[in-house]
Amino acid sequence: MANNRLRMYMRMVSGSLIRRASRLVIAVLAIAIGATILSGLVTIYYDIPEQLGREFRSYGANLIILPRGDSKITRETLSRLENLIGKNKLVGMAPYRYQTVKINEQPYIIAGTDLAQAEKNSPFWYIEGSWGNSSEPEKVMTGHEIAQTLNLKLDDTFTIQGVKYGERAEASRQDLSAQENQKRDSARQNFHKKLTVKGIVSTGGAEEGFIFCDIDMLDELIGDSFRADVIECSVIADAAELETLSSRIEKEIPELQPRAVRRLTQSQDIVLSKLQALVLLVTVVVLIITMISVYTTMTAMIAERRREIALKKALGAENKLVMSELLGEGVLLGIIGGALGVFLGFEFALQVSLNVFGRAINFQIALIPITIAVFIIITVAASIIPVRKVMDIHPAIVLKGE
Amino acid sequence: MSNKILELNNVSKIYGELKALADINLSVNAGDWLSIMGPSGSGKTTMINIIGCMDTPSTGSVILDGVDISKEDSSSLTRIRRDKIGLIFQQFHLISYLTAVENVMVAQYYHSMPDESEAMEALEKVGLKDRARHLPAQLSGGEQQRVCIARALINSPKILLGDEPTGNLDEENEGIVVDLFRRLHSEGVTIIIVTHDPEVGDVAQRKIILEHGKIIDDIDQSATFGEALKLRSK
Repeated sequence: MANNRLRMYMRMVSGSLIRRASRLVIAVLAIAIGATILSGLVTIYYDIPEQLGREFRSYGANLIILPRGDSKITRETLSRLENLIGKNKLVGMAPYRYQTVKINEQPYIIAGTDLAQAEKNSPFWYIEGSWGNSSEPEKVMTGHEIAQTLNLKLDDTFTIQGVKYGERAEASRQDLSAQENQKRDSARQNFHKKLTVKGIVSTGGAEEGFIFCDIDMLDELIGDSFRADVIECSVIADAAELETLSSRIEKEIPELQPRAVRRLTQSQDIVLSKLQALVLLVTVVVLIITMISVYTTMTAMIAERRREIALKKALGAENKLVMSELLGEGVLLGIIGGALGVFLGFEFALQVSLNVFGRAINFQIALIPITIAVFIIITVAASIIPVRKVMDIHPAIVLKGE
Repeated sequence: MSNKILELNNVSKIYGELKALADINLSVNAGDWLSIMGPSGSGKTTMINIIGCMDTPSTGSVILDGVDISKEDSSSLTRIRRDKIGLIFQQFHLISYLTAVENVMVAQYYHSMPDESEAMEALEKVGLKDRARHLPAQLSGGEQQRVCIARALINSPKILLGDEPTGNLDEENEGIVVDLFRRLHSEGVTIIIVTHDPEVGDVAQRKIILEHGKIIDDIDQSATFGEALKLRSK
């Protein structure tokens, strides 16, 4: 029996919305627009840290890993580190091995690295020519400063030489001719290799004084296994997350010494908090505007439906019953507008993300019930004052014959 | 035991300096058919509002089905109206977004429990079963008024109260509605109708004439009641 009442209630509420659809388009639109902006901004709000984190990764590595003491970092440790950070959080992870070499009897430093990872870590490097790669290890990049000193241009060749790992350099002997000394240098404890300039690196920083080559080629050249002096990581994380990650690394891989690049993480956090505050502010403003819009629509709707309300009261409806019907319509409007808004909001957030950050975002299923619930609350809250006007409608006055 | 369904004792309604009703005394027996006539401003609507529990008198008492409704508050009046009164309006006042049957069910919903089959029966009684799923805008004026009558009757009220129920109808539909009243009266329904139309007023069992808030004439038409109805039917 109670079902009959509920069914009739639903018939009245839905009938009012469906058969008076043209009159309610504005209300639904207002709610849908509000819900679109709300769900869109909430999506962006929660996506900003990741998107912005990725953007900030363009400014270089934010986590530097050093070996503890005089040891070096092995490939096995590198692999453990990679697993600990998580591939999904890593933009790039480039190990560096520094080696002193001679070019034209002058000392320079060559940095062996994973060039592909280094490129991911340092997209801001300006490269004349192109990045080297492991398939052509003899083609390397020189810093701008070195290129100027040695007068090197793209595709020029130069020879590096040095002492193999674990060997000692020996001074040229005065009693030997230059040719004999060169022969000695070419002996087992020394290495030399002809390299080609594939790219010239300009950063405005210390990198301009290095030669960058493939780390495996360097290892082979110096006759040693993988041993990195430092690992530069670009991790998607804010300052707090980096701190946590650093602690985990220290705890789980004690032979490593992580250092967060505070300059970057702090800037990221400041920009992020300001952006999130802005998004929050806009969301609140939108919610207020939606409430005002729903309020005015409901006020107009109740004024327009005075006769119907008076009739219901004349038929014996108590005020609370008529109010519950109108609030029921508000709830239904909230559901329809909210549901529309969720999907339009995602599209809105997607477009914003694609245009601003150049990346797509994921649809958050939880946003569906949350947005709908928020808009039911907003619609009901905005309807309460207009709906209370039902109490002022007197059937005898409104239904007076003409 | 008295079968009085309605009693107005020295009822007055005063708006500022205007006396819309002045010391009205009236009693209506269960099963009566009463017409209230009079020129505009004579107090007809005020009287029907008081009888229909939509207004209260300034002085005097109104006994409806044994209950003095003159001192009741708005909430009690709503309940009494819901239980004892069936209202018919000149402008029909159907809910535009509900079908004919739903409009009848609305009265059930506010009264007790909606029952579609009962609502259909009520519509069948007024000859509108086949129009049950139509919206008011798809019905003629006469059909709308018949839906209004079905709605007024659905909760078996003590009194069927009509405020100019034929005022917006053409002659043909007026005839249909009056015929419906006749049938309801024969079934024992108490009918009180305010009307401007002498022809409608004349077919009632009893007619009172109001002027300046006072009953100036109370005519028992029992003798001509049947004849008037026959003439009306023709």
